[in-house]
Amino acid sequence: MKFREFDAEKFIVTTGAWMLGGIWLLPLVFAFWSAFHPAEFSTNFELFAPLTIDNFVRAWSYAPFPRYLLNTFVLVTLILAAQFVLCTLAAYGFARFDFFGKNVVFALVLLQLMIMPEVLLVENYRTISSMGLLDTIPAIGLPYMASAFGIFLLRQSFKSIPKELVEAAQVEGVSAIGILWKVYIPLAKSTYIAYGLVSVSYHWNNFLWPLVVTSSVNSRPLTVGLAIFGAPESGVDWSIITAATVMTMSPLLVAFILFQRQFVQSFMHSGIK
Amino acid sequence: MKPLFQLRYRNHVNGWLLVLPAVFMISLFTHYPIGSNLFHSLFSMGTVTRPEVFIGLENYSYLLDDEIFWKVLTNNLIYSMCTVPFSIAIALGMALLINRNIKGRSLVRMAFFTPTVLPMIAVANIWLFFYTPEYGLFDQIFGIFGGDSHNWLGNPDTSLFCLIVMVIWKESGFFMVFYLAALQQLSPELKEAGLMEGSGRWYYFRRVTFPLLMPTTLFVTVNAVVNSFKLVDHLVIMTKGGPDNASSLLLYYIYENAFSFWDTSYAATLTVVLVLILAIITIIQFVVVEKRIHYQ
Repeated sequence: MKFREFDAEKFIVTTGAWMLGGIWLLPLVFAFWSAFHPAEFSTNFELFAPLTIDNFVRAWSYAPFPRYLLNTFVLVTLILAAQFVLCTLAAYGFARFDFFGKNVVFALVLLQLMIMPEVLLVENYRTISSMGLLDTIPAIGLPYMASAFGIFLLRQSFKSIPKELVEAAQVEGVSAIGILWKVYIPLAKSTYIAYGLVSVSYHWNNFLWPLVVTSSVNSRPLTVGLAIFGAPESGVDWSIITAATVMTMSPLLVAFILFQRQFVQSFMHSGIK
Repeated sequence: MKPLFQLRYRNHVNGWLLVLPAVFMISLFTHYPIGSNLFHSLFSMGTVTRPEVFIGLENYSYLLDDEIFWKVLTNNLIYSMCTVPFSIAIALGMALLINRNIKGRSLVRMAFFTPTVLPMIAVANIWLFFYTPEYGLFDQIFGIFGGDSHNWLGNPDTSLFCLIVMVIWKESGFFMVFYLAALQQLSPELKEAGLMEGSGRWYYFRRVTFPLLMPTTLFVTVNAVVNSFKLVDHLVIMTKGGPDNASSLLLYYIYENAFSFWDTSYAATLTVVLVLILAIITIIQFVVVEKRIHYQ
């Protein structure tokens, strides 16, 4: 057996990658440290400092986090369900049928990729308000339910489906909606997963628009709840705020760690045009 | 006659029926507000006692004289010109590091990507504490080297840059993913050929890899620039645009005007500027893409 030659370059690259990775994780490690330790240790890094979950208990009792969590969960589910239906139908229309004005309409749809609903928050607030929907969960979701991004991704994926499959189904007399349901949707499964992960993480984290249209515990999502809770005026202890922060981000973080590969690939997939 | 007639129109009807619900929703929350926004920018703000009045371009002349507007716009340009190139360069560096067969590769990749999945609000809370005078992490590190305590976010000279550093940390991992995807599609034969000809690694990167990554760089740049105009969540937590608007950005100034000062017609005027900026970015993107296609 030969001794492996010491590869200096590889060693440097590996160490560099590890160090940069360490630096990148530092803020998160720090958040977990101070969430799980008593306040006097939040900037005092002693290895054997006593661990505690007291910060979580107190954060939980100071603000209605269970309700915020429920609101976020309902919001994300509602948006995703609506997006799947609306975007699937539209993507199918754009991918399979030639209709009058198709290219112009598609270009107009793509405009939403650049000018997202939160940019137009003043007028969208007016619209939601005139519908009488202020301070409701649908109000947060409505502007995002038809998503140009989703339509674009699904259309790409539908267009790559072999024509022979569609023709075979047509010969058997399957209707247009039947073809969508039995041929297109099953073959685009990976796109649905990719889009779903991107959408869920976007709306779990979204803040400015929910902040504007919500005004009570009944509709506030986690991000808005956390912002109110953590505002310097609230005078809450730093370690309790970090505990609340950790609570807010951990469901997504756990999902991310469990499905790391799918997450990264979804984001990759969604960027390739 | 009738079946033929039906056949000819069936595609049009089916197509329109399928896209109609989504198109209606998108126009309600994107196209209609662009128009009504333009319309409202031509009116004075209505109050309970006074209805809104048509005032033509008065809001726009006010805007040109508004020092805060210019301040905020300048901030936004500085913010974009710092966050975009730095996060892209770091993203490319990360992708190149990870694209090699190193130990613990997926762990490092996860470390880089994690900030992307965190809510900006959570990130802002954590970094707010880093920047706290005396107790914060930065002051403690400076303290070890005998530095003085700084009010990082409270000082107009440093507050914007503190936010920039944080945003670079948050976004680099996101852009890295697109570079990774692109690097994996480069053919290994190309690399072998390049190395056989004896070209050094840096030369190979500069002359082969980097040009081939150009489409990705363009895509990432557009995304990063657009993000720099629409991501202001952290301001609400960290600085509220202060001190003295030193860290405020355009969308945050719009939000303040509309929902703190309740001057919706001036907020509409500012929104017109933001929409114009985003439109210009879109047009530039199209021109560049068009050019690239012609060269190929």
